[in-house]
Amino acid sequence: MTGSPSLMAEPPTLGQLDAAPALPRLLAGIPAHGAMGLRAHLELHGELPSITDRRSRRRRRRAESPLIGWIEQAGLRGRGGAGFPSATKLRAVASGRRRAVVVINAAEGEPASLKDRTLCRALPHLVLDGGELAAQAVGAEEVIVCLCESALASIESVATAIEERARAGATRTRVRLQTVPNHYVAGQESALVNHLNGGPAMPTFTPPMPFEQGVGRRPTLVNNAETLAHIALIARHGPEWFCQLGTDSQPGSALITLSGPVAHPGVYEIEHGASLSSLIDAAGGSSARAAGALLGGYAGSWIGAELLVDIVLSDEHLAPYGATLGAGVVLLLSEEACPVAETARVARWLAGQSTGQCGPCINGLGALAQTVAEIAGGVAAAEATQRVARLAALVQRRGACGHPDGAVNFIISSLQTFSEEFSDHARNGPCDACARAAELPLPAQSSTISRVRGRAYTR
Amino acid sequence: MRHKLRVNPIACEAHGMCAELLPERIALDQWGYPVIDGEPLEPSLMEHARRAAEACPTFALLLERERTRR
Repeated sequence: MTGSPSLMAEPPTLGQLDAAPALPRLLAGIPAHGAMGLRAHLELHGELPSITDRRSRRRRRRAESPLIGWIEQAGLRGRGGAGFPSATKLRAVASGRRRAVVVINAAEGEPASLKDRTLCRALPHLVLDGGELAAQAVGAEEVIVCLCESALASIESVATAIEERARAGATRTRVRLQTVPNHYVAGQESALVNHLNGGPAMPTFTPPMPFEQGVGRRPTLVNNAETLAHIALIARHGPEWFCQLGTDSQPGSALITLSGPVAHPGVYEIEHGASLSSLIDAAGGSSARAAGALLGGYAGSWIGAELLVDIVLSDEHLAPYGATLGAGVVLLLSEEACPVAETARVARWLAGQSTGQCGPCINGLGALAQTVAEIAGGVAAAEATQRVARLAALVQRRGACGHPDGAVNFIISSLQTFSEEFSDHARNGPCDACARAAELPLPAQSSTISRVRGRAYTR
Repeated sequence: MRHKLRVNPIACEAHGMCAELLPERIALDQWGYPVIDGEPLEPSLMEHARRAAEACPTFALLLERERTRR
């Protein structure tokens, strides 16, 4: 970034590199407070390479950026939760007719995830590097960083970093910062695009998908902040280096937000395929016995206490349990908490996070939360569990976004994992633990997104 | 060419016209919103499906050509 950027058409291979440090990769040199400045960032990671194929410059049609091929070889998948192959997404955006836009998604509406705001707060240049590299790869002139309006320290860091880069003459694209309402679904791709186009931060009916028609109707690459930070390192070290860690089907490292009864909850970088116990050890060990672990956040799945010792953190190992790492959330619930009361509380919150656009979501999640609350209070009708299953089936895949599906997944998984506790509450009402302070984190306050109900005909 | 029905859940306001006009393939849930299976329409129902889509007051019922790839 300082001086002339290096032009690379071939990825660095391991022969050219010193032995790569194992971990941390993304979190190397992370400051406890504030942000790593531009100079320290460049000293640590080296300058930002410019990855273009010289030969392609003379051709009339823009040839594909070599970086996309490297990302494909690295097997990088999106870290926002959906796990879509990053190279495929880049390619789709790059092939659009109009000039593309890159959106760095750090909205992070998931209450149990802190990794994206942590990256933006502490290592903003790594994230911005990734955004600029992606912009170069898809031919975009604008990069927009989207951060949750309540993540004040991250907003401050990213704003400072953007200025720092501009002063150093190091930016190749326009980069701007946009805050996003603190709402569970505001970070959903189409909701972000809707927000950036001046609408409410609510999902839209697709297609067109953002990669076809997004910000300003341009092809838009919406990538999670962590995904882009990995791209910043793949561009510097190459795909071979990236694949030195991780499993065959899930190469590389990942950021995990670990919370619950451990000595030091927080954001950790693990190698895919690391054991859950090694993660807990890294966090200073358990401070209480766990009743279960929620993987993937409030759209994710529970794993019961008896299985926790053997859990390995990679999607292929989690698949038999019906779980994924999602956006990298590992939430331990202590044995002192009541899983039924916790589920009822989160279910009510999830119902409240419906943007109120789709009938099945408004009505279905509301009815589900109500039924779970009745079970928790011991006032449910006899066949309440069957009613939950029926409502769940009625809600799934009937919303414009994945929110109802995620909420249903969480509720059903809770009922299955804690089936004994649920039947006990249904018969005997609240337990002693129900009155204890809530454990699963929920935001103190969420913003409401107002919406002018769009009608297809005139108002 | 095969066709499928799809609902735009954001536009749908549960008027229920679609279920009146195409009960063979559209049911209403307990709140009045249409439940549609994703199966392609048989040719004998195409005309009814077209009529149902046109009758929707919010244009929420879509009669779409089946996408070969998404």
